[in-house]
Amino acid sequence: MDFSTNENHQSIREAIERICEQFDDEYWLKKDRDGGFPRDFYQAFVDNGWLGICIPEEYGGSGLGISEACIMMQAISASGAGLSGASALHMNIFGLNPVVVFATEEQKQRMLPPLIQGRDQACFAVTEPDAGLNTLKLKTKAVRDGDRYIISGQKIWISTAQVANKMLILARTTPAEEVKHPTHGLSLFYTNIDRDYVQAHEIEKMGRKCVDSNQLFLDGLPVSVEDRIGEEGKGFEYILHGLNPERLLIASEAVGLGKAALRRAVDYAKERVVFDRPIGKNQAIQHPLAQNWIELEAAELMIRKAAWLYDNGQPCGAEANAAKYLGAESAFKACQTAMTTHGGMGYAKEYHVERYMREVMIPRIAPVSPQLILCFIAEKVLGLPKSY
Amino acid sequence: MKVLVAVKRVVDYNVKVRVKADQSGVDIADVKFSMNPFDEIAIEEAVRLKEKGVATEVIAVSMGVAQCQETLRTALAMGADRAIHVQSDAELQPLAVAKLLKAICDKEQPQLVILGKQAIDDDCNQTGQMLAALAGWSQGTFASKVEISGSDISVIREVDGGLQTVALKLPAIVTTDLRLNEPRYATLPNIMKAKKKPLDAVTPEALGVDVTPRLKTLKVTEPPKRKGGIKVKTIGELVDKLKNEARVI
Repeated sequence: MDFSTNENHQSIREAIERICEQFDDEYWLKKDRDGGFPRDFYQAFVDNGWLGICIPEEYGGSGLGISEACIMMQAISASGAGLSGASALHMNIFGLNPVVVFATEEQKQRMLPPLIQGRDQACFAVTEPDAGLNTLKLKTKAVRDGDRYIISGQKIWISTAQVANKMLILARTTPAEEVKHPTHGLSLFYTNIDRDYVQAHEIEKMGRKCVDSNQLFLDGLPVSVEDRIGEEGKGFEYILHGLNPERLLIASEAVGLGKAALRRAVDYAKERVVFDRPIGKNQAIQHPLAQNWIELEAAELMIRKAAWLYDNGQPCGAEANAAKYLGAESAFKACQTAMTTHGGMGYAKEYHVERYMREVMIPRIAPVSPQLILCFIAEKVLGLPKSY
Repeated sequence: MKVLVAVKRVVDYNVKVRVKADQSGVDIADVKFSMNPFDEIAIEEAVRLKEKGVATEVIAVSMGVAQCQETLRTALAMGADRAIHVQSDAELQPLAVAKLLKAICDKEQPQLVILGKQAIDDDCNQTGQMLAALAGWSQGTFASKVEISGSDISVIREVDGGLQTVALKLPAIVTTDLRLNEPRYATLPNIMKAKKKPLDAVTPEALGVDVTPRLKTLKVTEPPKRKGGIKVKTIGELVDKLKNEARVI
């Protein structure tokens, strides 16, 4: 066990904080009110080489692990950028991992450098309205037609589909009735979003206004066979590979947001004077804040552990799910405390914590609900009967 | 041409420092440190000189505790070629730092030394001037523009009441003012490259410099709390107050 300061992590955190300084609370407040993709923010990360953090050096990246990506995403979120800032980048940090691991050399050379250089922006098109968390029930079809596939179907909750030009899409190439194993029959493609065949309808939502979420309608989208990643029918396995890192990134983003909320709450508790003394002198104010700190730190430690396991090639399913659970729940509580610590002011937008409160619902619900995590832990770790 | 840049590890400019209860100094436990902002400008200027082909090598130097190496890594990530850490747990005052820099100049023979005009922790604004005196080199302090051609260097200085241009001969000392340039961020690929760049450690003893403090801090106090403002009813009252109470006109 080594808990000493990791020099890599520290330099990453500091460098990120410097970039985020120019995108202050007012910037995000305005984005939350007016919407519009935070293009200048995104570009600052492109310009400074951050999109390549997890991509191998031979394709222009820095070849670091998920541990480092977690530090990066937490620092972004903690700067006050919250889930708005984190989601703007999220998919482009680790989303193309299936390409890194399973694509051919030609595909990697073609797909990875433009992403790092900001010429391509990708979204992740997996979830469907009728399947929910049951990914094996996906209905979007990809029908082989010579040297191409024709994709038709619907996807939902696809972030950044309004502004991305590429998507990583999972579609059924063999009907569910014909596959030997339920995990077979889905294939993965990384392809252009050709707007002649793809309609993205933005979903109005609770928070994170500047990063669009969409319902996608695909109507006969032609995709060259050269854009298929790996073997036909194995797409689900490829996606599965990236789920644990995904949970860790979102957990880190949640913890960052929780820390931002805690920082604001603590500052307010120190400054706000009622009955001739700062409200932070009251234990009823202090204790919930102390509890938030404890819980956020614990979540962070679980993230570190799970990320270490992943980076060292060990199984981390239980830990990654636990980290996502702890991260999201502790952040949710911290945002709640931040609201109540601010009293009436917490409800005013200019104090920022109500925005955090709305944004923290994203890591709570996505990409997997806390309940399903409990089901998973009960079954896989505790050996209880499968409940769903 | 070699360029030497001095960088100091200071309490980050965003931190609100607090005076210790015994008034011996400010509390720096669990406080964020980073590179002195004026030194970032100094590194940036040196790296730009290298990119223009004027400088051949940029050497960053920092002095003090072991963690100064983090500051040096930042300098390397911004584009310095190598770094020297003068390791010391002693309190290093400007004269000691200037002597150590002089010793390093003797060894490295740079043509130009760029320093921040002052560090934001003690605001001394002395080291560059002292180094110029010790080395017998010309100096251009508070620089807002630096131009080098051959062995001539022209420095535009920010002085009270305007700008002053001085023409110096190399080797020279330049200290940076805020408007000299806007320092770049350390990009991720450069942060990674910086880890592989050479960082040498030396001690004041090895450089033959006595760093014993010459100055003693007697007491550190918080600045007085600002009093609330008042509203005046007439111009006459305003003028009267400015004249007789504030005594500013």
